[in-house]
Amino acid sequence: MSDNSYLDMQLLRFTTAGSVDDGKSTLIGRLLYDSKSIFEDQLESVETSSKKRGVDHVDLALLTDGLKDEREQGITIDVAYRYFATPKRKFIIADTPGHIQYTRNMVTGASTANLALILMDARHGVVEQTCRHSFIASLLQIPHLVICVNKMDLVDYSEEQFNKIVKDYKEFASKLNVSDIRFVPISALNGDNVVNRSENMTWYNGETLLHTLETIHIDSDQDHVNARFPVQTVIRPKSDQYHDYRGYAGRVAGGIYKPGDEVVVLPSGFGSKIKSIDTMGTQIKEAFSPMSVTITLEDDIDISRGDMIVRPNNQPTVTQDLDVMLCWLNNSPAQARAKYILRHTTNESRCMIKEVLYKVNINTLHRIEDDKEIGMNDIVRVKIRSTKPLFVDEYNDNRNTGSIILVDESTNETVAAGMIRL
Amino acid sequence: MRYTLTHLKELEAEAIYVIREVFAQFENPAILFSGGKDSIVLTHLAKKAFWPSKIPFPLVHIDTGHNFPETIAFRDQLVENLGVRLLVGSVQKSIDDGAVREETGKNASRNALQTVTLLDTIEEFQIDAAMGGARRDEEKARAKERFFSHRDDFGQWDPKNQRPELWNLFNGKKNMGEHFRVFPISNWTEMDVWQYILLENIDIPSLYIAHEREVIFRNNTWLPVSEFITIEEHEKVETRMIRFRTLGDITITGGIDSDADTLEKIVQEVASARQTERGNRADDKRGETAMEDRKKQGYF
Repeated sequence: MSDNSYLDMQLLRFTTAGSVDDGKSTLIGRLLYDSKSIFEDQLESVETSSKKRGVDHVDLALLTDGLKDEREQGITIDVAYRYFATPKRKFIIADTPGHIQYTRNMVTGASTANLALILMDARHGVVEQTCRHSFIASLLQIPHLVICVNKMDLVDYSEEQFNKIVKDYKEFASKLNVSDIRFVPISALNGDNVVNRSENMTWYNGETLLHTLETIHIDSDQDHVNARFPVQTVIRPKSDQYHDYRGYAGRVAGGIYKPGDEVVVLPSGFGSKIKSIDTMGTQIKEAFSPMSVTITLEDDIDISRGDMIVRPNNQPTVTQDLDVMLCWLNNSPAQARAKYILRHTTNESRCMIKEVLYKVNINTLHRIEDDKEIGMNDIVRVKIRSTKPLFVDEYNDNRNTGSIILVDESTNETVAAGMIRL
Repeated sequence: MRYTLTHLKELEAEAIYVIREVFAQFENPAILFSGGKDSIVLTHLAKKAFWPSKIPFPLVHIDTGHNFPETIAFRDQLVENLGVRLLVGSVQKSIDDGAVREETGKNASRNALQTVTLLDTIEEFQIDAAMGGARRDEEKARAKERFFSHRDDFGQWDPKNQRPELWNLFNGKKNMGEHFRVFPISNWTEMDVWQYILLENIDIPSLYIAHEREVIFRNNTWLPVSEFITIEEHEKVETRMIRFRTLGDITITGGIDSDADTLEKIVQEVASARQTERGNRADDKRGETAMEDRKKQGYF
């Protein structure tokens, strides 16, 4: 790595879906190993643990399955985060288990991902699980999908088989809302097209998986159009030097803010101009998502946590009634007319699920209209009524201002995650 | 103009957001400050998060009594510069009070005893959110941690029953007596921490920089000679050029041979390292799930 290349690296978050049988651990292991992100002592300890379990190969799943129960039972319980970097990018992998509580874990991993890596077995092609994972990726609006057709070595590196799988998948994916889908034929075990170009598939002219991950265009993944600044907290030093300083701290949730911009504060509707945008000790010329900054305004207006600073000519929808695609994440089912705490950006209110419209069969994408019970891992379209107005956007336009979670008032647990539709 | 952040700036923005959420959602938060690079970076981020205000919560140091003198001097200077309150929980006091019993033997360490002192300190000062500099890349049990990690009224972690965390919506709701551990730099790697220290020119204890020190070779690492360890007859005291990759209690923190005497050289050294940084930590080598076991009890 040259001396200053790290000052020009981008961050890419991706989620991996697929079961152990698809060779997911092998693929992750290879990415980490080939990018020199596995250390000798980690490898040694995995070797020792593999031997203890009577496995004769090095079981790379033991790198990610860190909990005692996972190691004993040979299963992945929870989302595991892994990290690796190349000179071009730093990567965060949210590795989600393919079987147990797949919806809950995949939705969690997908919520912050730029890209989903979906594995399938070249021998079996598009199966139910592929559809399920792709649907969740599309529901959570992951901007990029990379479909890895793995185990190409077991189908004699057949171009015909690969093309058939691509065709089948495209047919299925026409029902999804994903703009960028790519296909890579790989063998994770032998390394074909993972980091190095395969000599066994000269018919493939596309990029290797790692090259795709390193170069895929992610600058447009953030919403730079709709200016949204949810206030987290108000900074008032009251020191001699900054006696009258009043700054609104937050993370830009969308759009671009500049000093001099006309703004409106919700819910009060008061207008002002941006005086400065501060980060420690320096004033910056523009702030955009996902920067954390402090904004000061020309006028003294009463602003507190949960308020939103927006532009006069581009405002979010202000409403108490939400149409939401909800994923239920808790063992206890939703109770009819129960009240929940609703969290949206930095805002909090109470709410009630007023109506269940339908449930989605995540394998077929069919609507189920005659079963309105909401239980663990269900995905349901619901109507929610909030006790106070929220400032929302359609989830497909802005993941920050279009998402909510519900918290159970008695257990304090996060029971559901929702995507707003307008 | 490209509207994109570098990986370090994005990690910084994420951490500052989390720290501000803690301040907004809890009544009595604190930073767990060990004197190590991760808690120093965390403190730096907290300073950025609230500038031009001072950091609006105290630093908490769990003092094993087995410190590097450099760590304590650094801590005191930092606290003075920031103008924040320092709260110290003393393991020696827990021992004197009979709350814990000191380990004996050659590899005796106060590492495990810290958990009791930490939980007592959290209770004494009624801290409801204790922020730490732990990172998911450090250790396999930590790879499963949430940003907002719930602890029951015994301070215990239940890794199989964690709250799902989606987007950047953090749920800090809890009952009386329970608290949260919060890890704003969860997504940073050792490399990110060093690059950020270099980028921001953050002051760090001299222990991280290569220096000459009297050491003995024990458990595959260069252990610093101090009044707290017993040197056996066959062990030879040598003076070597070493530095530390992590800092813990002086009895369990091993150094590595190094001539990296500048931050730039450290970044290069970390880039080519083939061992994890905790490879020199005796506390993690007490069994395959040593970290998870300690974490469940309430360890950092």
